[in-house]
Amino acid sequence: MNPRFSLLLILTAGLAVAFPPLPVPTVAPQARTFQVDAGQFAYSPSKIFVNPGDTVTLELVSTDVVHGIYIDGYDISFEADPGQTQTLTFIADKPGSFRFRCNVTCGAMHPFMIGKLMVGTNDWLYRSVGLAALAVLGVTISRKQEV
Amino acid sequence: MTKIELTRIPFIKNAFKSRYPQLAVFIVMLIGYIFAILAGLIGTPVGSHNFSIVFVWIAWWAILILVAVPFFGRGWCAICPIPLPGEWLQRGAILTPPDKRPKWLNLRVPKMFRNIWLQNISFLLLALFSSVLLTTPNITGIILAAMLFTAIGLGAIFERRAFCRYLCPVGGFIGLYSQAAPIELRIKDKQVCVTCEGKPCYNGSSIGFGCPWDVFPGGLTKNTYCGLCMECIRTCPHDNIAVNLRPFSADLAKPSTRMDEAFKAFIMLGSAIIYAGVLLGPWGTFKDAAYNVGSSAWFMYAGIFLSIIFGILPGFFTLGLLGTKGNATLKHRFASLSITLIPLGLMFWVAFSLSFVLTNASYILASLSDPLGLGWNLFGTANTAWQPMLTSILAPAQALALVGGLIWSARTAQKAANEVKVSPIPVIVYCFIATSIMLWLLL
Ligand code: SF4
Ligand code: SF4
Ligand code: SF4
Ligand SMILES: [Cu+2]
Repeated sequence: MNPRFSLLLILTAGLAVAFPPLPVPTVAPQARTFQVDAGQFAYSPSKIFVNPGDTVTLELVSTDVVHGIYIDGYDISFEADPGQTQTLTFIADKPGSFRFRCNVTCGAMHPFMIGKLMVGTNDWLYRSVGLAALAVLGVTISRKQEV
Repeated sequence: MTKIELTRIPFIKNAFKSRYPQLAVFIVMLIGYIFAILAGLIGTPVGSHNFSIVFVWIAWWAILILVAVPFFGRGWCAICPIPLPGEWLQRGAILTPPDKRPKWLNLRVPKMFRNIWLQNISFLLLALFSSVLLTTPNITGIILAAMLFTAIGLGAIFERRAFCRYLCPVGGFIGLYSQAAPIELRIKDKQVCVTCEGKPCYNGSSIGFGCPWDVFPGGLTKNTYCGLCMECIRTCPHDNIAVNLRPFSADLAKPSTRMDEAFKAFIMLGSAIIYAGVLLGPWGTFKDAAYNVGSSAWFMYAGIFLSIIFGILPGFFTLGLLGTKGNATLKHRFASLSITLIPLGLMFWVAFSLSFVLTNASYILASLSDPLGLGWNLFGTANTAWQPMLTSILAPAQALALVGGLIWSARTAQKAANEVKVSPIPVIVYCFIATSIMLWLLL
């Protein structure tokens, strides 16, 4: 094969990994509630798993100072005073993995107070690892031909 | 691909030859630097409202790792204010050489220190305290001041820029990754240098100083230790110095054989992975351990940090190499192939920094108006609310950077493996595994 052709082949394969929709397991959307305890500088639980379409209610409880939650990608946020419970309900309509982080300056490590909201499977991760594997294969093959 | 000589363009050439444009930038940088020290020491202890934290660890860091290093190599060193006061004192002049130079010791740095091990150590020390450093204005102010004074002190004792060359924690990684940048400073014609009398580019002359980085431009083949100070452009009487635009990572075609440089690559790669897990991960225990310097949890953290960098990462790399057969010694293969980790590590840092910088960039506006956190409102932006930026394209951008970095390092591995006549496969697999871990941590 000539290198250009193999490059084309690899590119096509790359697109094939990156874009087509994966089969989505059809789980009927549910309403779910999570209590999230926030204390300097961590959430508990720090990882929340839901299915796409679920109606998610977060009950934020601050155990020391004021903390909050801002969810990346969803761009929504709320905060809770110490000892008070605040709730936020939203529909998890975007699949993927999203960091949520504290939106109130709560102390030194505040910028790194982070949790993860996982909506369905983490497509981006699997596709990226797939792409990475393909890329490595592509580089190896195209090089062999040059030599 | 060929090189394009940027210094052919009269505007660029004049801007480099004249001392004034650089001096103007230097002065602005020095003022900013001193202000950052003061802000750190007297400003609010709340990091996200203090100029020292926001401008050093968000603004400067973003520009450095996302733009300056990948595209301009040591470009930052060309305008860095840290060595300036020391250099001016050492030279007894700011612009051109004076008639009488001040009598400093001007010693040569002892041979055993003429490598980057001290730089590796200084970087690691800062890395182990990074959680405190990144969040506490006081500590940032003290470290910035310490760098300035150490540079002055070393300038009084040793010749040239001993601090930059052998100790600066920032300079170490800029030098490592500058090899990947598409900018280089090189001589135009070797023959001209051979016959050049007095080698003013290295020794200095009445019109300018010799290379402050202790590099002889005539023998320059890699970006690592050229600080782009432009001094040699000014002193070379034969107009033999060029600044070129070149393909990315051209320097990586010549693998290094130095262990200090090889380990720098592991240090930087490992730090990017650890930071991605500790700072951006959901695990509170790690954050506590990293922050509580001196506690037993911190000692554990430090121990794990160091064993990843000096044990696990180089260990698996060596295991991979053991599988390859070649005439070169294991040590030689190790050093040569470690160059593969340079593009990989650079893109790890880019991916990590994207997340950190984009989510915190909105602090810049607020801090601009109220740099000390004292309630000022200079430009009316002091009350800008914290708002992460571009969080929806963050994951694709990081994935692209990491996969791109993997391809880049796989190509580099093939070239380096070719030099030492071994198979590149184990090293490529190693890079793939490291990339997958990083993808898992960041996505
Ligand atoms: S080595 Fe360090 S101190 Fe020297 S110019 Fe570069 S960044 Fe500045
Ligand atoms: S001064 Fe110019 S010509 Fe002379 S050795 Fe240096 S770079 Fe070469
Ligand atoms: S004098 Fe020339 S070779 Fe030396 S650091 Fe400056 S620019 Fe680089
Ligand atoms: Cu908080």
